[in-house]
Amino acid sequence: MTSTKPASTAAPPRQALAVDTFKHSPALGAALALLGVKGSVPLLHGAQGCTAAAKVVLVKHFREAIPLATTAMDEVSTVLGGDANIIEAIATLYGKSKPKLIGLCSTALTETRGDDLEGAVCRLRQQHPDLAELPIAVIHSPDFMGGLQEGFAAAVGSLLETFASPGPTIPGQITVLANACLAPGDGQELKDLLEAFGYQPLLVPDLSDSLDGRLSEAPSPLAQGGISVEQLRLVGRSEQVIVIGESLAAVGARLAERCHCSLTSIPQLMSLEAVDGFIHQLSRWSGRPVPERYRRQRRQVLDALLDTHFYFGNKRVPLALEGDLLQGMVAFLQACGAKVQTALTPQIGDLALLGESCDGAHLLVASSQAAALAQSKGIPLYRLGFPITDRLGQGLRVSIGYAGLLRQLIELGNILLEQELAHPVHPGG
Amino acid sequence: MVHAPTNRELLTEPACSHNPAAKGGSAKKGCAQKAKPGDAQGGCAFDGALITLVPITDVAHLVHGPIACGGHSWGTRGSLSSGPQHYRHGFTTDLNEHDIIFGAETKLRQAIEAIARDHRPKAIFVYATCVTALIGEDLDSVCKQAAQALALPVIPVHSAGFRGSKNFGNRLGGQALLDHVIGTSQAPRQAGPSINIIGEYNIAGEVWAVEPLLEALGIRVQARITGDGRYEAIAAAHQADLNVVICSKALLNVARTMEERYGIPFIEASFYGSANVSQCLRQIVDHLVDSKLADLSLIDRSEALIATHTALMGSQLEPYRQRLAGKRIVLYTGGVKSWSIIAAAADLGMKVVATSIKKSTADDKARIEELLGPDGVLIEKGGAAEILDVIARTGADMLIAGGRNQYTALKARIPFLDINQERHHAYAGYEGIVALAREIDEAMHSPVWEQVRRPAPWEQEP
Ligand code: SF4
Repeated sequence: MTSTKPASTAAPPRQALAVDTFKHSPALGAALALLGVKGSVPLLHGAQGCTAAAKVVLVKHFREAIPLATTAMDEVSTVLGGDANIIEAIATLYGKSKPKLIGLCSTALTETRGDDLEGAVCRLRQQHPDLAELPIAVIHSPDFMGGLQEGFAAAVGSLLETFASPGPTIPGQITVLANACLAPGDGQELKDLLEAFGYQPLLVPDLSDSLDGRLSEAPSPLAQGGISVEQLRLVGRSEQVIVIGESLAAVGARLAERCHCSLTSIPQLMSLEAVDGFIHQLSRWSGRPVPERYRRQRRQVLDALLDTHFYFGNKRVPLALEGDLLQGMVAFLQACGAKVQTALTPQIGDLALLGESCDGAHLLVASSQAAALAQSKGIPLYRLGFPITDRLGQGLRVSIGYAGLLRQLIELGNILLEQELAHPVHPGG
Repeated sequence: MVHAPTNRELLTEPACSHNPAAKGGSAKKGCAQKAKPGDAQGGCAFDGALITLVPITDVAHLVHGPIACGGHSWGTRGSLSSGPQHYRHGFTTDLNEHDIIFGAETKLRQAIEAIARDHRPKAIFVYATCVTALIGEDLDSVCKQAAQALALPVIPVHSAGFRGSKNFGNRLGGQALLDHVIGTSQAPRQAGPSINIIGEYNIAGEVWAVEPLLEALGIRVQARITGDGRYEAIAAAHQADLNVVICSKALLNVARTMEERYGIPFIEASFYGSANVSQCLRQIVDHLVDSKLADLSLIDRSEALIATHTALMGSQLEPYRQRLAGKRIVLYTGGVKSWSIIAAAADLGMKVVATSIKKSTADDKARIEELLGPDGVLIEKGGAAEILDVIARTGADMLIAGGRNQYTALKARIPFLDINQERHHAYAGYEGIVALAREIDEAMHSPVWEQVRRPAPWEQEP
């Protein structure tokens, strides 16, 4: 599998001030991962605003009710310590809705004051014997370390550490660690693909089953679908552990080592080369031929590459995305003939910097947060990443595999085509 | 230097009817309702301060804290500007671990300088957050020094999230204006009677539906506090003749303090529902006439204006009234807004069968009980389950609430209308009621309801 490093032409990061940052809190990332576990509720240990703010963005992006709770730290508990708040919050949540998992995530406030989350969980279990068996994962996701992708990875790591254990291999089972940038639709695409080769996939986390935008019978205050805690206990016993995205490489390696599984890392599945490699690998592992459906889809991709290459050629595209998504999108664009003008992650720069480095660009790729910038610059925006609040259907979106390739080729191609028709390019221009 | 007001001072707002002590009752917790771990829903004090202050459009709002505070919400507020766009940017010091261990006052100073240099706002508001309060960053002195060095107002807002609820934060925002902004302008007073509008955030441009009415009567709006606000105008707010507080208990402290300091009387009013709009106009006019700031003819002119607009509104509402009459609404929104919307619903011939009283004062409650009648349901505590239960029990046709509850309703296949911060439609003034009617009608009579409620054909078989 190949790895394409983003060609970053970014200026050095601003030291003191971020202007229009597209970084999101790690606690939000952790919460997002936890939403892919069936019956879970993420609980942020901090003052109530962190939860409210994260919830608002998640709701706007997915257009779904999002379960997310707070330990509601106030002035007094900030001085005295948050133990009692953690215990009360978990007991309350359990009493209200009997969650199957509580993901307890720290925030900047409680990490700074040094709350002992693991200790609090122990004391909870002593004080409430009825909660002795309640699955709880503790996640360290302080705001001052990384962003959405890092918090997401911390949650995946904690889920694996807490529940996965070694054991006899379960034939045909494959574990996929799916990074923060994979939308629910991407998860479904992955599951379909693995099933087409006869595997039973377990996605950690599995957003495709919880945030895919479907109307259920009865509203619930818990994550509606996703991988179950029972399944999480089995993810270390798969034939293969496949890690998608570099942000999960470390937690994947730890799982493979602890549970003695074989491990494959794939940085991204957004370019033809990467998807080809992955499908070829599945075919070799399973000893099955590539199903006709995917052969046909691949030919559709080839055709779309031909049809769209006129419009991608030499187009200058600045991007601002989380690392894993950036890597995939850069590979995709370069393979189409476009030029990556700037590639920013939230750690490298902010949208103000993107604005400074997009002169002469044909297309911006970033989340909805860049909408005002794109408008002021008169450059079309292809919305990707998090949050996308001014377009519908984020739960269904597919950007990986042949299906994702097709979709992106056509969507981006249409934008570039429209632009070309509106502003004919001068010869040599 | 003005000190950061303590929670106790702010929580015992004497003019606030949340506070029974203000009426000779026993001292009570007032705004200090404690958020319950595992149960609490709302934003923090920091969020509340932003809601109050960010609508000031020509200043830069700098969040001193790590990413959770400054990262998620910038650019998303529904307050519109008729000009400057500084308020739409998200400025933050985005603190990392090093900053938190070694202190970030230098970083803050540099950030302030960078904003002043690159963006040239009229002022910079600097917001404290949980972490910067915890590690004891001295916002006051950094802001004071920066203000002197840059010859630019730099205003500290002591809005650490853990200090309280969103409501409390609204009040902290108001306090910052009192401490540092209002009364600082030396600009000459403009001629003619003028008012300040307080507590209206110009969501979807609501203030623009009301200002033309005032303009038509020759009444000038000195300062909008804060929707579509301008720093200089707010700094000169002490020159106005009357404060009009719109649907806001949280900013009453601003009006009360201005009455004490500058002798400006205040009235409480609402821009929702035709009766309220008319009453608001009459109250303003009466005050100006009584205090000899306008002559008697203003009364006739205002009555003529009210009559024209009410008649026009009536004819525009007619088609909706027929379709909406008798429909039943559950209303779930904070405090004062409840009774405003109840009045607006009355304009449409609809009945509010239940409403939340979580943030309401005793007075509000009594008034709501009266408006709802004996069968009215008062929802004490929030949460999706309670709301759905009330809708089921009352057989309501629709939920009107804040965006947070949108999916509570939709997932239960119940029509929904967003009444809070982030909506795209303005419902204030006479025109606003027509817009409200149109939105309610669209939501309620959409053909999708029948489809989403009907089981699939194979599920109907016996
Ligand atoms: S101020 Fe405190 S509660 Fe509010 S968002 Fe920031 S850290 Fe969270």
